[in-house]
Amino acid sequence: MADTAIKKPSEAENVKTASNFLRGTIVPSLGVRVTASVPDTDNFLLKFHGTYMQDNRDIRDERARQRLEPAFDFMVRIRAAGGVVTPQQWLQLDALSQKYASGEIRLTTRQSFQLHGVLKWNLRQTIHDINQTLLDTLAACGDVNRNVMCSPNPYQSEAHGEVYEWSKRLSLHLAPRTRAYHEIWLGEEAVVPPPPDEEPLYGATYLPRKFKIAIAVPPSNDVDVTAHDIGLIAIVENGRLAGFNVSVGGGMGMTHGEPATFPNLGSVIGFCRPEQVLDLAEKILTTQRDFGDRSNRKHARLKYTILDRGVDWFQEELQQRLGWRLGPERPYQFEHHGDCYGWVQGTNGKWHLTLFIENGRIRDWEDYPLMTGLRTIAQSHDGDFRLTANQNLILGNVSEENRPRIEQLVQAYKLSDGQRVSALRRNAMACVSLPTCGLAMAESERYLPSLITKLEDMLAEAGLANDEIVIRMTGCPNGCARPYLAEIAFVGKALGKYNLYLGADFTGTRLNRLYRENIGEEEILTTLKPIFHRYAQERQPGEHFGDFAVRAGYVRAVAGGPDFHGS
Amino acid sequence: MSGFPLRTDNSPFNQQQAEALNQLLATLTPDQMIWLSGYLTGLRGGAAVPASAAPPVTASSLAGTPSAATIEREVTVLFGSQTGNAQHLAADLKKRLEEKGFAVTLSCMSEFRTNNLKKLKQLLIVVSTYGEGDPPDKAVLFHEFVHGKRAPRLEGMRFSVLGLGDQLYDQFCKTGKDFDARLEELGAARIYARTDCDVDFDEPAKAWMDGVLAALSNPGAESSGAAEDGDAAQQPVPGLPGSGRLVGPLSTGASGTATAAQTLAAPAHSRTNPFASEVLENFCLNGRGSDKETRHLKLAIEGSGLCFEPGDSLGIYPHNDPRLVDDVIAHMGWDPQDVIPAGKQELPLREALVQHYEITLLSKQLLKQAATFSRDGLQDMVQADANEKLKAYTRGRDLLDLVRDFSIKDIPPREFVPMLRKLPARLYSIASSFRANAGEVDLLIAALRYQAHNRDRLGTCSVHCAERVDPGDSLQVFVHSNPNFRLPADPDAPLIMVGPGTGVAPFRAYVEDREESGAGGKTWLFFGDRRFRTDFLYQVEWLRWLKLGVLTRLDVAFSRDQGAKVYVQHRMLEKSRELYGWLQEGAHFYVCGSVNPMASDVHATLVNIVAAEGGKSKDEAEAYVTGLREQGRYQRDVY
Repeated sequence: MADTAIKKPSEAENVKTASNFLRGTIVPSLGVRVTASVPDTDNFLLKFHGTYMQDNRDIRDERARQRLEPAFDFMVRIRAAGGVVTPQQWLQLDALSQKYASGEIRLTTRQSFQLHGVLKWNLRQTIHDINQTLLDTLAACGDVNRNVMCSPNPYQSEAHGEVYEWSKRLSLHLAPRTRAYHEIWLGEEAVVPPPPDEEPLYGATYLPRKFKIAIAVPPSNDVDVTAHDIGLIAIVENGRLAGFNVSVGGGMGMTHGEPATFPNLGSVIGFCRPEQVLDLAEKILTTQRDFGDRSNRKHARLKYTILDRGVDWFQEELQQRLGWRLGPERPYQFEHHGDCYGWVQGTNGKWHLTLFIENGRIRDWEDYPLMTGLRTIAQSHDGDFRLTANQNLILGNVSEENRPRIEQLVQAYKLSDGQRVSALRRNAMACVSLPTCGLAMAESERYLPSLITKLEDMLAEAGLANDEIVIRMTGCPNGCARPYLAEIAFVGKALGKYNLYLGADFTGTRLNRLYRENIGEEEILTTLKPIFHRYAQERQPGEHFGDFAVRAGYVRAVAGGPDFHGS
Repeated sequence: MSGFPLRTDNSPFNQQQAEALNQLLATLTPDQMIWLSGYLTGLRGGAAVPASAAPPVTASSLAGTPSAATIEREVTVLFGSQTGNAQHLAADLKKRLEEKGFAVTLSCMSEFRTNNLKKLKQLLIVVSTYGEGDPPDKAVLFHEFVHGKRAPRLEGMRFSVLGLGDQLYDQFCKTGKDFDARLEELGAARIYARTDCDVDFDEPAKAWMDGVLAALSNPGAESSGAAEDGDAAQQPVPGLPGSGRLVGPLSTGASGTATAAQTLAAPAHSRTNPFASEVLENFCLNGRGSDKETRHLKLAIEGSGLCFEPGDSLGIYPHNDPRLVDDVIAHMGWDPQDVIPAGKQELPLREALVQHYEITLLSKQLLKQAATFSRDGLQDMVQADANEKLKAYTRGRDLLDLVRDFSIKDIPPREFVPMLRKLPARLYSIASSFRANAGEVDLLIAALRYQAHNRDRLGTCSVHCAERVDPGDSLQVFVHSNPNFRLPADPDAPLIMVGPGTGVAPFRAYVEDREESGAGGKTWLFFGDRRFRTDFLYQVEWLRWLKLGVLTRLDVAFSRDQGAKVYVQHRMLEKSRELYGWLQEGAHFYVCGSVNPMASDVHATLVNIVAAEGGKSKDEAEAYVTGLREQGRYQRDVY
């Protein structure tokens, strides 16, 4: 164990230690009828099971005046490695959202599904039923390896197939082994006495903090591969997967006003063959398990472990654990990190349609029956559904015969392949934020669409209506929509106030930098307008907005996480 | 009672006396004040009094006096009271009898030893009827005894009965009628005809007392006319009233119920002299999306002299909905400015109908009177004496229906309006503790809105409070004491409280009072309503009390949150063993809310629990529960 072990563990560590492998008092707490909430300690443990408590903040004050507790309910996050589900699973999730949740489905920025508004009394049945669909929620949140992301790259089908298989194997290999999940949600009998080594990989205290893995298939960097603890860059040679370049130490979260916290992009430390990747990921994870900071949760991600000790130390430690050496990094080229909309044909002859889903929100609007449309499609779809890392949806592996029918339904329900919305909107992403997220300081998903409408007018005026600019918004600095990799980013500070960041590149490989602090809409518009006009006039051929913002001197390029807060 | 310091210029006391009294009064609890008030009254009755008052005389002291030998001086007054009205009237009666020199034994029916019945020479009964003709809880056993085979012959007894009830119920004053007929059957002589009082009972009750006093003082008059057939002799009672909790309690300045503060310092606020209380808060407790509207009202009573105990109610004099009044006026073709009598005053017609007269409830009596103005139908309906038909018609209909359905119109308001009953006050259980906050009263009022006979119907008082009363406005209020719904004297006695919906109101007062007093007894609340998310009344407060341990246990049932309806009695059954254990430890069991089906389901469940957990037969369990009731450990405030 490292010297961090001698520091006083954070309260969360004590909760994990005392939890008996994530059991805590979850079962009795779920049975308490006088409150829809659970105690903080159980809520913390529930995250490992893929759910946690929220409340509708819009009506918090109103309810307090009415002597009612906040409108507590639960968000349930469903893990699907690589974001791929069958039409049957889609239909089952749709039905569950109607039966137990708010009637909506959210597609997350990490290729997961979220159901919101599940009441405590329905939580067990909901998670039970999710497992019946052969999906699950275990480790969707919590201090464990989360959903393994994988580029849903639809055209290099063969390579994608291989990459996707590895994402599933990684997910399985790094899943918690505790029986608590099966006992609590699936009604399985507890083994008495419990096996002594219930978590051979994680141990009783799991990881110091969340742990994320993503796999990109160049030239697309749709998953923002270096924004994760482990980023695997698929190297495809002759149409086959040769292996992965490995990036370590990425992560988005930070805290306003605490310069010791910052987003960071991972460093590529070498190359591994496909069959080595499980071993490699496991040893990276256990290194973090043993050396990560367990005294301060704001300093507990792998990025800090590596930056504090140096990449050389990390590689040394890793090599000792592996007993073999990583190969030299292989060349690759990223071209973008947005999605490619519309129909494409894969190398296997099947068709793939990428649909634009604004902010990942699946529901029916009066004039836009998105949810009904997708339900109808699922009933006759012979391929699969693929969630993208940008909260969009791919109808994957559509057969030649079935394509006209899908096309007809897409038309009938006015589903969007993104062509009718502006280039800016197609490249936008926002986190869920208010009213359900407890961390939110400002609006995000409910506000960004209207802000984009105003920006669209300005861009059109400047002649930039068809230029792709990546724009992202989050309600707090924790980074769910990976804002620090957007060419224009808004990070919430307070209701109606945002920090404005500029200068990330178009491919998701350079962080942006703070340009204006704590500004409202009026100032956002007056600030951006002259920059747009200047960009329109002065840009070099092919120069993206983020690169221009750096070249024109609005912000200095960020060299790496520790440089993020400088000016 | 800080509002009314005694001085030499506002009281008959000298400086020293006033100071001593002020000092003492400041330390007294409401209970102590009531006790003291009664004590002083009794002292006066038994001690030397000024020559102008009737001398205190006992039967024995008069035994040798030939002229007085014909007047029997011993009188027993028995009362059976559910909400306290009969009890207050009985106390009034005692006072008046004592003023005339009678020696009075006053007793609740439940405390009266039945083997003494045959010894009584003069018996006066004041008893109410509630529900569908049922005796009050505390009169059940005495009623059973008198009507049973063990009842003694009562030749030589003289009696009279005062019944309280509500015209709107079919079995109006049934308990009073039962006693009246049965005592006669047992051979007793009626000295004054029974009076059946509607909710506005002050006048008829006073008339009955006058008559009884005269008859007792003039024994020769008893056989002449007063003792007539009970029904035929019923005093005509003007007007008719309303829903479950219409009131008519205290007479002005009644010593038995008015608080000590009221008797010691003017002005005494009471049912007949209500206090104009400012509304401090008025909001809905149901969260958005609820199909219910349960309002929390906070009223200011600072400086009113009003005080109350946990379990007491507050009476509110509501106004009728002006829209309904306007519809009636329009139909009748009246001039809203016409001045008409309204009680002792004269008011413009519209104002009188808004403030003074009952227009939302119909009685058979009103139908009969109104029939004289009807051009079609009503005459026939009344004359056919189709009781069920009349009753069915009154259900869910109001004055507007009556005048519309039977084409009653163009009658001069002076001829028609005085037939209407006076708008009675509505009682609401007080939801706060005087001990914790003496200057305020919290109420829980469910706005009643429903459809009947193709029209939207609105609860008179509840919708008045919900729609037409804002903070800053005032309401005419008085305290209605409820001696049959009291916290146990022992602060360590456990409480089990069953209060779904607005029935939870008095328990908020109970728990708040126990928190304030630091009482150590365990407490257990069963609450229920429709939906957890929106209808958990005062949820945050219960959770706080639970956390502090002031509330020991809390079980909730929300009927519409799942397929099968779940109610409080189901939760009781789930906790059957613990509940019986609490009873065995001496717990007091309280129920507040609707009588049917809730209170009767809860009662049946209680009996079942006692039988199952106590290994008792059904009869033994019933006896156990009856025992609880007799010990005052099972109290109900149901409506």
